[in-house]
Amino acid sequence: MIQLTIDQKTVRVPAGTNLIEAARAAGIEIPALCYDPGLEVVGACRLCLVEIDGFPKPVTACTTSAAEGMAVHTMTPAVRRLRREILQLLLDNHPNDCLTCQQAGECYLQRYAYEYGVTFRVHDGARRGSEHARFTDTSSPYILRDESKCILCGKCVRTCAALPERSVLSFAGRGFMTKIAADLDQTLEASTCVSCSRCVVACPVGALIDRRQREKRVRAFSAETTTVKCKQCDYGCEFEVLQANEARVVRPKAPSGGRPLCLTGRLRAEIEYAGDPKTPYLKRETDKGRKFERVTWSEALGLGQVLQRIQEEEE
Amino acid sequence: MKLARTDLKAIAEKTIEYMHLRGLPEDHPEGPYKKAVIICRGTGCTSSQSDKIMERFQTLIAADKNESSIEVVRTGCFGLCEAGPVVIVHPGGTFYSHVKVDDADIIYREHLIGDQPVKKLIYPDAVLEDGILPYSEVPFTMNQKRVALRNCGHIDPERIEEYLAHGGYQALEKVLFDMTPEAVIAEVTASGLRGLGGGGFPTGRKWQFTAANPGPEKYVVCNADEGDPGAFMDRSILEGDPHTVIEAMIIAGYAIGAAQGFIYIRAEYPIAVQRLEIAIRQAEDAGLLGDRILGSDFSFRLELRLGAGAFVCGEETALIASIEGNRGMPRNKPPFPANSGLWGKPTLINNVETYANIPVILMNGAASFRQTGTEKSPGTKVFALGGKIKNVGLVEVPMGTTLRQVVYDIGGGIPNGKAFKAVQTGGPSGGCIGAEKLDTPIDFDSLKAIGSMMGSGGMIVMDEDNCMVDVARFYMDFITDESCGKCTPCREGTKRMLEILERICDGKGEKSDIDRLESLAVTAQQASLCALGQTAANPVLSTLKTFRDEYDAHINEKRCPAGVCTSLISFFITDACIGCTKCARNCPVSCIAGTVKERHVIDRDACIRCGICQDVCPVNAVIRK
Repeated sequence: MIQLTIDQKTVRVPAGTNLIEAARAAGIEIPALCYDPGLEVVGACRLCLVEIDGFPKPVTACTTSAAEGMAVHTMTPAVRRLRREILQLLLDNHPNDCLTCQQAGECYLQRYAYEYGVTFRVHDGARRGSEHARFTDTSSPYILRDESKCILCGKCVRTCAALPERSVLSFAGRGFMTKIAADLDQTLEASTCVSCSRCVVACPVGALIDRRQREKRVRAFSAETTTVKCKQCDYGCEFEVLQANEARVVRPKAPSGGRPLCLTGRLRAEIEYAGDPKTPYLKRETDKGRKFERVTWSEALGLGQVLQRIQEEEE
Repeated sequence: MKLARTDLKAIAEKTIEYMHLRGLPEDHPEGPYKKAVIICRGTGCTSSQSDKIMERFQTLIAADKNESSIEVVRTGCFGLCEAGPVVIVHPGGTFYSHVKVDDADIIYREHLIGDQPVKKLIYPDAVLEDGILPYSEVPFTMNQKRVALRNCGHIDPERIEEYLAHGGYQALEKVLFDMTPEAVIAEVTASGLRGLGGGGFPTGRKWQFTAANPGPEKYVVCNADEGDPGAFMDRSILEGDPHTVIEAMIIAGYAIGAAQGFIYIRAEYPIAVQRLEIAIRQAEDAGLLGDRILGSDFSFRLELRLGAGAFVCGEETALIASIEGNRGMPRNKPPFPANSGLWGKPTLINNVETYANIPVILMNGAASFRQTGTEKSPGTKVFALGGKIKNVGLVEVPMGTTLRQVVYDIGGGIPNGKAFKAVQTGGPSGGCIGAEKLDTPIDFDSLKAIGSMMGSGGMIVMDEDNCMVDVARFYMDFITDESCGKCTPCREGTKRMLEILERICDGKGEKSDIDRLESLAVTAQQASLCALGQTAANPVLSTLKTFRDEYDAHINEKRCPAGVCTSLISFFITDACIGCTKCARNCPVSCIAGTVKERHVIDRDACIRCGICQDVCPVNAVIRK
């Protein structure tokens, strides 16, 4: 075990623990947009900068391991100023759409902007995607993408690559023009995306949205949420059931412990828990490339013959 | 044929007889050739048809069956690119500049056959009243000391024998048979050599760290992803003397215990790539690369990897990602490549110029190397001198030489009688140094202390006609393009800084812009992931510090003192106008009015500020203000 102080609090953590987790153990939360304990650490958003006694300049807490005797300061004026400016840079390139954004209430950018008192500004500089929030990829019945809201934290890319056979999303372009691309910059429909929604649950902002939830107009902050376990396979991925007024929707929950998430599991959870579930779609290879097609529930869940046999047997 | 240890000297001695005319080495006065024509085939001269010039000489010589008495030699860069294509005739070292293909006939007839140097074609500064200076004695060359460039311009880079004749691979032989890996590292450490790619990290310590890691799988990498605007040091070394880098990498492999090396070079350097390919093949054929080198127990292989043009791939962790086949994006350090580099294995990464010094250090010893340069920055540094300077080209000077010496003694000062304004070192990561700091000695620490940096060696001189806000805008534009997009402060911050600078140059700057620039600059410095972002604001900060008055003039008075920013200048026709109508006839938007033999007037609202009127005016009556 390693002993260090974070904001004057003494904390003991196992060797190799990064400073975000060490701070969490001390009850201190360090803001971070690109960090996810289940994913490779990249240190890209730079929001988790902290000062450490004896270090010449701030370092990112996610990429720094706790060391014996380290004295970490997470809320100095210097790092608060840097965080504010980083948030301002992100807001300057983000549409002012919190009122109608599906992610409102769950958005990390919204949350940190509130905590640090950073606001949207009117300016005539360049913006990613378009000036206004607009879904740029509506080809998938399950996932909506809005490039103008993307903060390029890369969580979607890393969570997609966590299952090597998926690895659909990647970075494309350079510098300010960097964006997330599916395969060779295709739509989600035309790409090899399997609609598992790992990226949607990883996205800290409203750049990747669960379309079926959005179409029911249910936001998490106005809903009652319960967690259910998928029975489709042994992994037992978790789904959330959101109940708001009359609507009840099912959406995937961030996977942990190597769980993969899959579309079949999601549809099974929907048919089991959702009120008035929406039509299922499956991706098919056609002459015109990959296309989403409406299918029956028994087809979607691969139960076509099984259901027929059950019916026959029970008659 | 695989060479044995003893073969090296034999080949060297046999080859040297044919090279006796070229001045080096001096103790071989006799040989088969009576004359030698040396032709620069670096990128600059080749693009000005030095390949055609060389062919022409060969044709002329062959026609007269003079092949056995006149040799034609292709070499790397001589340094004085401004004078290119450069041809030198030995004996005598007569220095022909700006040679054209047709000039080959004259030089052949009058000088090579007729023994009379062709005065009108000789580099003007080499022609004195009482004689002709050889290339080695013109002021540009005289004030330099060539270590990394020692063979450039002397040997044919495509012939391994000539490298051997100049002592090539002898350091390797010494290392493999007479030194332990520890002794090699100790010698490099003792030399005090620092990373010449710009970082200035002590090379010996890097070797130590990599060597200290256990395990059989390690890599040696050469960073040849030179990308600073206007920089061509590494390119010239690789084009002129590729074997020296190969030799140094084999030595490094022996020292740290690696059996595989990679040279990461930009695909935009076709001549360097081609010469490296030839050199690697020759070294493999000679048994200098491969299994049991020179009959020793040490084996080493070397491969090229071509970069796809991303500036950030010169950053070592991005370079590693690129070699691995991934998107070239830097990652956080630590871990440093010495501990976890290529495919997670300990990796030694040095720059081309750093490697070029290694054979010299091991051949002549650390003490000898330390005799040049300063205590903390021993040795020399190669610079690509460009911009508003008379002698544009490649220079190598001892560390500690002042900027003034480089700009005036070697560079020949500012052309056209203009006044010096600043010198930019360190490329997009460096800064602009004003006239009052010209006596700063060039070494890693002194340049850093004045807000610039050594960088890889780009040195761009600016005169009174350069607008420093525009210069800052140029570098920020470059960085904004080259940011990899990974971390927020660099991806977003550089774009916003560029927008502010563009606004200022466009005459739309506001007083608060300076504060915002400084704030963004500090954030980029403090919060960016890699050195590209951390240093991105240096051109802005250094120009703000030294040339604040120019920013103020742009913002407060909407005036560009240097007359560069087109939105802020206007053209005006003075009394000197003779009414020749030339300006009016050439104006692309027909905004100049006036009748013959009367003073003309520019309609400033319609004027697009292209400056053609000023260029065509025969009496300099058009001024910009």
